[in-house]
Amino acid sequence: MTAVARRLVLILGLPVILLVVWWFVSAGSTTYYLPPLSAILDAFGRKWTGGALRDHVLPSVARLSLGYVLGVGAAVVLGVLIGLVRPVRAATEPVFEFFRAFPPPVLVPVIMLFAGIGDTMKVIVIAMGCLWPVLLNTVEGVRGLDGILSDTSRAYRITGLARLRHLVLRGASPQIMTGARQAMAIAIILMVISEMFAPTNGLGYSIVEDQRTFAIPEMWSGIILLGLLGVAYSLLLRVVEWRVLAWHRGLRRARRS
Amino acid sequence: MLIAILETLPRVGVVSARHLPPTSAVAAAFVEEVRKRAFWVALGDTLTSWAIGLAIAVAAGVVLGFVIGGIGPLREFTASTVEFLRPIPSVALIPLAVILFGTRIQSALLLIVYASFWQVLIQVLGGVREVDPVADETARSYGLGAWARFRHVLWPTALPYVMTGVRLAASVALVLAITAELIVGTDGLGKLIGTAQASQAVPAMYALIAVTGVLGIVINVGVRAVERRLLFWHQSVRGEVIPS
Repeated sequence: MTAVARRLVLILGLPVILLVVWWFVSAGSTTYYLPPLSAILDAFGRKWTGGALRDHVLPSVARLSLGYVLGVGAAVVLGVLIGLVRPVRAATEPVFEFFRAFPPPVLVPVIMLFAGIGDTMKVIVIAMGCLWPVLLNTVEGVRGLDGILSDTSRAYRITGLARLRHLVLRGASPQIMTGARQAMAIAIILMVISEMFAPTNGLGYSIVEDQRTFAIPEMWSGIILLGLLGVAYSLLLRVVEWRVLAWHRGLRRARRS
Repeated sequence: MLIAILETLPRVGVVSARHLPPTSAVAAAFVEEVRKRAFWVALGDTLTSWAIGLAIAVAAGVVLGFVIGGIGPLREFTASTVEFLRPIPSVALIPLAVILFGTRIQSALLLIVYASFWQVLIQVLGGVREVDPVADETARSYGLGAWARFRHVLWPTALPYVMTGVRLAASVALVLAITAELIVGTDGLGKLIGTAQASQAVPAMYALIAVTGVLGIVINVGVRAVERRLLFWHQSVRGEVIPS
């Protein structure tokens, strides 16, 4: 009981203190740009229910999810192919390293030329941004497969799909998840800036709009919502990772003891 | 080979030359850009905000990382807050930066520092946790003081992690510098890209984008070189000498 209480205090302590401090310090704030927290929460309730949720939050979330899934999916498929075939890997690796070095935001104006400012452009931008970190990590993971495991599965005539699923994908999954985590951070950034650079609708657009019309509490509420979205996606990814890498954790624990 | 493909695709009309100009046109635009003074000023601006932002983020991340990581209770107390604040996308701060600083360099710095700080902090926290308890207790039993233990036990253990954090932070800082210039309009290469895009100067836009890519590579290679020099004694570097 006391252990649980201690944990709760440790987890909730600092956030509660920070929120309380923010609440009271900002309570009498007359600074235009730093409105009281109460006003921000009030704006949050008004703004992000009903219409705005449908018009701005849903499109953003849909683009982000679609772009992310497309990008990561394509990267894993390509990565496995490239990782397994040595000559392809040698030919493509320098090119990939080169493309990876580009700061992802410069994708936005380029893809805009091809795909306009609509949803297609935003989904492509997000997918392209997610592609490189996952691709490079997947290639790395496939290349680093345990040689003994590989030989063993060959000796047991495990080939084709079974080999792909149980040996290649499983073995590369820690690296793939590392790439997937990096890709998530990039995906959210790209979602926001593609909406800011090519404004149609969405969270990024909405926040900038509030800033331009000087609806400051609303702008703050949008920033908080974006933050919550980032946290939610990272939690979701952690759940996926927990399940996908269960074998890896067990293996590591077994090796340590 | 890549260059050859990029040259022929628009020439044979697979993609419109208006969208993807042949490499020769981009190269011509690049030569033209290099001749302009504005280009070098923009390059300097980008590198300045990158360097200042990275320096602040690394200093803050290393100091806070050692303080928080070194004191057990403090680490437990802040863990949930760190985990919550870290995934908040730094681009969410763009409007805040705009109303606070407009298009001054501080806008870019706010974004850069926020994004790269977490990279360093998390790595340092991880590094501090890796300290060998036997080494630490040996140092204690030899009567080494807090500073000496930091200098000879904690710092060497954590340094590889610090360097990993710096490397990640250096790339992230460049991304955010370009973002701030592209979206907020602080001075630098990103702003030039935005202007080129808006005025349909497509070859110039590609030339500038290529410059940011080269910048990314140079930064990556540079940080890796620094890492290798600082960690010449470490297994990860020494291991590379003998090809396995």
